[in-house]
Amino acid sequence: MSFFARFAQNRGALVGLIILLLIIAMAILAPLLFPESPWRMVQRPFLPPLSQDGFPLGTDTMGRNVASGLMHGAWVSLLIGLVSTSVALLIGVPLGAIAGYYGGIIDDVLMRFTEFFQTIPNFALAIVLVAIMQPSITSIVLAIAIVSWPPVARLVRAEFMSLRNREYVEAARLVGQSNTTIILRQILPNTLSPIIVLASLMVATAILLESALSFLGLGDPNVMSWGYMIGAARTVIRQAWWLSFFPGVAILLTVLALNLVGEGLDDALNPKLSRER
Amino acid sequence: MPITENQSADTVLSIRDLNIALPKGADRALAVEDVSYEVKRGEIMCVVGESGSGKSMAANAVMGLLPKGVNATHGEILFEGQDLLALTEKQHRALRGLKIGMIFQEPMTALNPLMRVGAQIAEVFEAHGQFNPKERQARALELLIEVGIPQPEKAIRAYPFELSGGQRQRVMIAMALALEPILLIADEPTTALDVTTQAQILELIRDLQQRRGMSVMFITHDFGVVAEIANRVCVMRHGKIVELGDAKSVLENPQDAYTQALIAAIPSNAVPPHRETSQVAPLLEIKQLNKVFRSRGGFLKPSREVRALEDVSLTLARGETVGIVGESGSGKSTLGRCVVRLEHPDSGELLLDGVNLSQLKGDALRRERHRVQMIFQDPYASLNPRTKVGMAIAQGPIANGTPKAAALKQAGELLDMVGLGASAVERFPHEFSGGQRQRIGIARALALNPELIVADEAVSALDVSIQAQVLELLEELKQRLSLSLLFITHDLRVAAHICDRIVVMQHGRIVEQGSAEQIFLAPKEAYTQDLLKAIPGREAPVAATA
Repeated sequence: MSFFARFAQNRGALVGLIILLLIIAMAILAPLLFPESPWRMVQRPFLPPLSQDGFPLGTDTMGRNVASGLMHGAWVSLLIGLVSTSVALLIGVPLGAIAGYYGGIIDDVLMRFTEFFQTIPNFALAIVLVAIMQPSITSIVLAIAIVSWPPVARLVRAEFMSLRNREYVEAARLVGQSNTTIILRQILPNTLSPIIVLASLMVATAILLESALSFLGLGDPNVMSWGYMIGAARTVIRQAWWLSFFPGVAILLTVLALNLVGEGLDDALNPKLSRER
Repeated sequence: MPITENQSADTVLSIRDLNIALPKGADRALAVEDVSYEVKRGEIMCVVGESGSGKSMAANAVMGLLPKGVNATHGEILFEGQDLLALTEKQHRALRGLKIGMIFQEPMTALNPLMRVGAQIAEVFEAHGQFNPKERQARALELLIEVGIPQPEKAIRAYPFELSGGQRQRVMIAMALALEPILLIADEPTTALDVTTQAQILELIRDLQQRRGMSVMFITHDFGVVAEIANRVCVMRHGKIVELGDAKSVLENPQDAYTQALIAAIPSNAVPPHRETSQVAPLLEIKQLNKVFRSRGGFLKPSREVRALEDVSLTLARGETVGIVGESGSGKSTLGRCVVRLEHPDSGELLLDGVNLSQLKGDALRRERHRVQMIFQDPYASLNPRTKVGMAIAQGPIANGTPKAAALKQAGELLDMVGLGASAVERFPHEFSGGQRQRIGIARALALNPELIVADEAVSALDVSIQAQVLELLEELKQRLSLSLLFITHDLRVAAHICDRIVVMQHGRIVEQGSAEQIFLAPKEAYTQDLLKAIPGREAPVAATA
């Protein structure tokens, strides 16, 4: 059975994939459907949804088109979520794997280093990093990655510690496989499920962290993001619910889609589940 | 055709035409089909079968402890005139413990680790609202004395982890007996225990049964245990009863082909055959091997030391099978793990054909690893669930420089050799049964053409009939490929079956070693004699059939 066929057996995963593809389509189509900058003021402010042609989701406090912001924002939010999670995994997985597999002093050193990052509150560190590096998409992605890798490292380390003494790992050691091969071929594939679940949640957290940063005015001033929209609409939430509602729903759907896709990937990669069905 | 019995007045439990349905998608529709048997007053009824035979299902139905989705669909279970299948959960709960006691297989997990033993026994009284707290403690102490726990005044305040496996099982028995039940159900109560402990627990159960006139329903997979303890036997297979009758007649004169096969499959506990011991140069020489495990001490916590191996010396000739026997904690597994260098010995020499393996490290060790391979105990844990079987076998040769295609081809041939067929290459481990997985493990060990194979409890996790097949395969491969085997086991019957020489270990030391014949016929040390005496069913007629 092909990989996709196994993936598609999980209905939820399929739904998640469709939502995700729609959001990606939104991001790609944004410049075509709304060629004007989403920052431009185009109508009078506080226009409710569906009250005027061309403004299906209304306008915001400054008279900017909410629909346009939402579509342009999709690009930034997705980019930040996926890239920063990838970077965090690239730091966290190897560190955790090495610490968990070798143990002893190596483990001690790496874990103290990890704890150094964990003792500083995530958000405070992210603010400092962005402020130092100047707000831009790159600095935001980096800052989010730097504050979110420690849990990955800890999770991977715990998984490695419990798996490294399994009999099949010992068997691999016995036939003379190198440590690198054992880590990559024997243990890592068996830690995929929790990593995938954690990663899909991390994308969500990253989108939210970016929202919080934009809310504080530390977002990239050149790009519209969902976080910025919610942040800007906070003060008027009682007068204009739609300003925070639509970007909020967009974040919710993205996170949900990612979780569903993550679960489906996990099932499809698990040989046991995929054949039993 | 179902086998039935006539019901008489002294019947305690009577199961009639019982059908238990498994949920959809299971490997068969009925876990138990048309099962009828009785347990009479004051007898020990043994229900025997291999894993998956449904032997525990009927007992679970009696206790009202059937797993979710599994239901009795037909028949009745009569206990003191009432049908247990018709009871509500609340009525069942009142019956459990009070009228029917139960002991489980795993004494580790059946006790609450955070509760003192005395309190756990007292809880049984509390659950049925008997006695006041002070009387409960007194009763608990009496029970602990009755089940023969050493230092009962101390044991009553102990936590489960402070007791040995055998002592924990005694506590379980004390709890099961607390309310003086009429019927005791024992589900594989000795499977997790050492032979000598098993013998003691069996004696205790028989003793208590006679003293109290209880009836016991004893579920086991081991015909040796049956021979030790049973009055009557019920042999089950695939959810059906294949034979039912007196222990003596079933054991001496089994009617059904399956029962005959089961009894014949028990590794012979008669005297092992005489084997020629060749006087060739030793392949493996172990000299004065020492290994101490230290737990890291902490703040205000002294470090602990366990001497796993003390001055262990032995030799193994080319083409020879040496058995290492001993109880848990004897250091036999540590010895095996040192030989394959999964553990680093503290001192001593491990000479394989003159090369000292004990001092090798890093890449030098990795280059020598292919010479000694291991077959692991647990057929489920020893294969990577995400690696295809062919790859699992081929990864050794690949790591040692064989091109991938050639290694996979060789893996197919090996799978053919161990009787699985080359098509198994493309499948995942979970598609195989325990015995088949153990064959895969053997193929993997053979892939590197090792000079020595260490088999650590390689057949312990398997059913007897499968066990016999795997032992046969090992024997055959050994002859064909002129392998040398270091066979580690706690089961003397298995050792007698396959080993040329036997080494007996206790507390990290070698107690006695000699040819298998010598150890079985004329054991010199008291400990060896104890071990032999403890083999279940040794004096029973089982020996004659093998």
